[in-house]
Amino acid sequence: MNPFSSGTRLRDMIRAIRACKTAAEERAVVRKECAAIRSAISENDQDYRHRNIAKLMFIHMLGYPTHFGQMECLKLIAASGFPEKRIGYLGLMLLLDERQEVLMLVTNSLKQDLNLSNQYIVGLALCALGNICSAEMARDLAPEVERSLLTRDPNIKKKAALCSIRIIRKVPDLAENFLSPAASLLKEKHHGVLIAGVQLCTDLCKVSADASNYLRKNCTEGLVRLLRDVSNSPYAPEYDIAGITDPFLHIRLLRLMRMLGQGDSDTSEYINDILAQVASKTESNKNAGNAILYECVETIMGIEATSGLRVLAINILGRFLSNRDNNIRYVALNMLMKAVAVDSQAVQRHRTTILECVKDSDASIRKRALELVFLLVNDTNVKPLTKELIDYLEVSDQDFKGDLTAKICLIVEKFSQEKKWYIDQMFKVLSLGGNFVKDDVWHALIVAISNAPDLQGYSVRSLYKAFQTSSEQVCLVRVTVWCIGEYGEMLVNNVGVLEVEEPMTVTESDAVDVLEACLTRYSSDIATRSMSLIALLKLSSRFPPTSERIKDIITVHKGSVALELQQRAIEFNSIIQRHQNIKSSLVERMPVLDESAYIGKRTSSSQANIVADKSSQPSSTATTLKFPNGVAKPPAAPLVDLLDLSADDTPVPSSTSNDFLHDLLGIGLTNSPSSGTAPSGGTDILMDLLSIGTPVQNDTAPKVVSSNQGFAPTTKPAPTTSQVMDLLDGLPSNGSLPGSQTPVYPSITAFESSTLRIMFSFTKQPEKPHVTEIHVTFVNLSSDAYTDFVFQAAVPKFVQLHLDPASSNQLAASGNGTITQTLTVTNSQHGQKALAMRVRMVYKVNNQDKSEQGQINNFPPGL
Amino acid sequence: QIHFVILISRQGKVRLTKWYSPYQQKERSTVIRELSGLILTRGPKLCNFVEWKGFKVVYRRHDSIILVILNLYASLYFCICIDPDDNELEILEIIHHFVEILDRYFGSVCELDLIFNFHKAYYILDEILIAGELQESSKKTVARLIAAQVNVTERCVSLAF
Repeated sequence: MNPFSSGTRLRDMIRAIRACKTAAEERAVVRKECAAIRSAISENDQDYRHRNIAKLMFIHMLGYPTHFGQMECLKLIAASGFPEKRIGYLGLMLLLDERQEVLMLVTNSLKQDLNLSNQYIVGLALCALGNICSAEMARDLAPEVERSLLTRDPNIKKKAALCSIRIIRKVPDLAENFLSPAASLLKEKHHGVLIAGVQLCTDLCKVSADASNYLRKNCTEGLVRLLRDVSNSPYAPEYDIAGITDPFLHIRLLRLMRMLGQGDSDTSEYINDILAQVASKTESNKNAGNAILYECVETIMGIEATSGLRVLAINILGRFLSNRDNNIRYVALNMLMKAVAVDSQAVQRHRTTILECVKDSDASIRKRALELVFLLVNDTNVKPLTKELIDYLEVSDQDFKGDLTAKICLIVEKFSQEKKWYIDQMFKVLSLGGNFVKDDVWHALIVAISNAPDLQGYSVRSLYKAFQTSSEQVCLVRVTVWCIGEYGEMLVNNVGVLEVEEPMTVTESDAVDVLEACLTRYSSDIATRSMSLIALLKLSSRFPPTSERIKDIITVHKGSVALELQQRAIEFNSIIQRHQNIKSSLVERMPVLDESAYIGKRTSSSQANIVADKSSQPSSTATTLKFPNGVAKPPAAPLVDLLDLSADDTPVPSSTSNDFLHDLLGIGLTNSPSSGTAPSGGTDILMDLLSIGTPVQNDTAPKVVSSNQGFAPTTKPAPTTSQVMDLLDGLPSNGSLPGSQTPVYPSITAFESSTLRIMFSFTKQPEKPHVTEIHVTFVNLSSDAYTDFVFQAAVPKFVQLHLDPASSNQLAASGNGTITQTLTVTNSQHGQKALAMRVRMVYKVNNQDKSEQGQINNFPPGL
Repeated sequence: QIHFVILISRQGKVRLTKWYSPYQQKERSTVIRELSGLILTRGPKLCNFVEWKGFKVVYRRHDSIILVILNLYASLYFCICIDPDDNELEILEIIHHFVEILDRYFGSVCELDLIFNFHKAYYILDEILIAGELQESSKKTVARLIAAQVNVTERCVSLAF
């Protein structure tokens, strides 16, 4: 041994590296060593090859690249001595992984080594093969491994068995070759061989159903006997752990029995007794015993067990739950989640303990317990459970609040039977965890409030109170702002007070204070402030005395840096100042949001399993439907979809279930892709109505609300964010049209009231089946003449409407004259959905404004 | 199935890694880094299981006092990554099994033993696990096999490291 070659001894290198104080120092030492090793490799130094590989392994563990040593491993393996091979194989296993090409070169060496007579060398080869072989190597060397399975030496047998596991995992087709050797392993006495053999059988069952059947038929009896023997065996010092003989063998046997008993009632019956014995006999004061019990419970749950056995299993889990040891409780919670599917009743009995676990100090346990509680909620226990969870929400850790809030909201939504309870719980959750509540949850809350007119006063008052104490919760603030805006007068006038409420006086000024606070506090984000602005606008209409003050507040934001706020501030200011006459109609109470449609849309988009609230009624035609003047705006005129129906027809690119609510609630900031279109529906209406020339989408001629002429149809590029919405309520979306179309369509009386009749007649071009021309005739049925007659129409999203100018706008009395107008409708869902239309007529009679409106559902099919 | 075994010191230094599933070199360092961060920051009273990327990782802290001149107190974390449906409690026993065998071999094993004799630690691990599965439940047998192989080694041309 030349002392000057190959440098330091391993020990010295390790010492040198550990002595380094900085990373840079360490890198220097490593670099020097690697250089020495590299030169030794290139000189083909035999003497220190083993030492160099050992060094490389150490360096590898430190995280440095060591691939240049891979070939050296091969050379060591190819050497003839045991020590060289040993370090060579170790190096191989550490420095390479199965994906590397170099591995293939080892196959030959492995083959030779597997055929040697030295059991330790064979052992080395089997070990290496078992740890890192690739699929090709597995195929090549399977025969050798099979042969090793049959030797006498238990050391080799057990290694060969485990190696076979790897082989069949990599190449499942080879499974049948190992089947009978594996079964015969089960007859051995040596524990190591048994453990390996049982594991091999388990894996065989996993990859091959035939193997399963074979083993089930031939080995079940033997397995039961084995388990019984080891369970009953007296003290055996070699295998004893905590008073139990070879718990590992117990566990593997139980696992194999599970595989065999799954889905097979005969086998399950056969192993019933031994399972009961193990379950009742095993002591559970040490981890080893608990590990066995755990596996036993898993097996019982996995096979077709008798109910008695199942109850036994769940009781074991119940005992686990009260164990001091965190690990045991965690494991029990895990298992109980699976058990709920099998026997929910039995698990319910442990509900209190599980609830306690939700409050545990260990985060993993808390999470598991919460999920389990969620699975256990049903109609009877939902109220007390929710109360417990909400009480805990108050004191829980910040990082847990998110999970907890989400789960509580899910529970409350899913199981609430009365609106008031639902609203109460949601308010509490918002106060305690409002920052974690997701958007669709509080949107749903608003939909619910909107659908519960008797609870609106209560809601707005509760929110007002909550706001005083918990105003840092973002979602609470948003919901409060919206409600105050909508139901402000209920708040101030104490409308609809419920018995449980304490008396409270809130002045108009107080209400405005709240909104102003939201608007001005620094922690409010843009969405909240936008909502506040709209709410203020609404209040300025509902509480006229505050209008001046509100105007001042809004004016401040005209110079806001945020575009959305600036835009709104300017517009609203303008409305307050100059357009008082239409202000009140602009901010009328919102129509009731269609709950079932919202839920349906939300379910389909979020795939949440929410049952539609039975207590709500789908909204009927709202009393105050706003008709923006959007008639002759061809394609995607942003008509407000207040009730959002025929929801899914034209794919609205950015449509999530939040979209339409965003518009309604006056937010709608983020969802529009940048096509420069108006972000929010709130402003859209205003745009149309007031034709304020803001940087919105249209460059059409400004439209005035009640113009006297028909409209020059203008074409606009459809904004891709179409908040294209339509006014039509609950159109049956299953318009099944007859397949064949008749070219002639009968005229219909589209609308008839005591004062007006409208007739529609239809023509279609044969080559354009989805386009229909409608000739409209208006007849005045009253005895007074109408002037300034304007016709407006709105159609569903999937229909495009084009209006030609009317023949005149004077309608003589008593049918002495008519107005005619032509509409062109294009039904993009022609053949699938029927046409529908809502119409509104505005005219003057004796210098008084009148309007009529109606819905036309009687279009002939096939349009 | 066990996917890998990692031993790390309190300071995050790796003392032993054994991979039973295909992880490339780069992946391995990422895994080690992530798991170290996850496990070393856990409090002492918490349970020994963490969920990580869809797997379960069972870890156990092994404390030992090294009576060196500086009176260091070091502790080592044994981490094993398993499939979600494996028996965690059994893995805890396997860790204990491994530690006991190391103890017997080195005589009250401490971290330094594992540092300077890492190859021996690997040899021992290879007698306990193959292909991510348990190989031998008898500590005596493992000890015997290791001793026999040491004998064979020494009988050959003496190879000093």
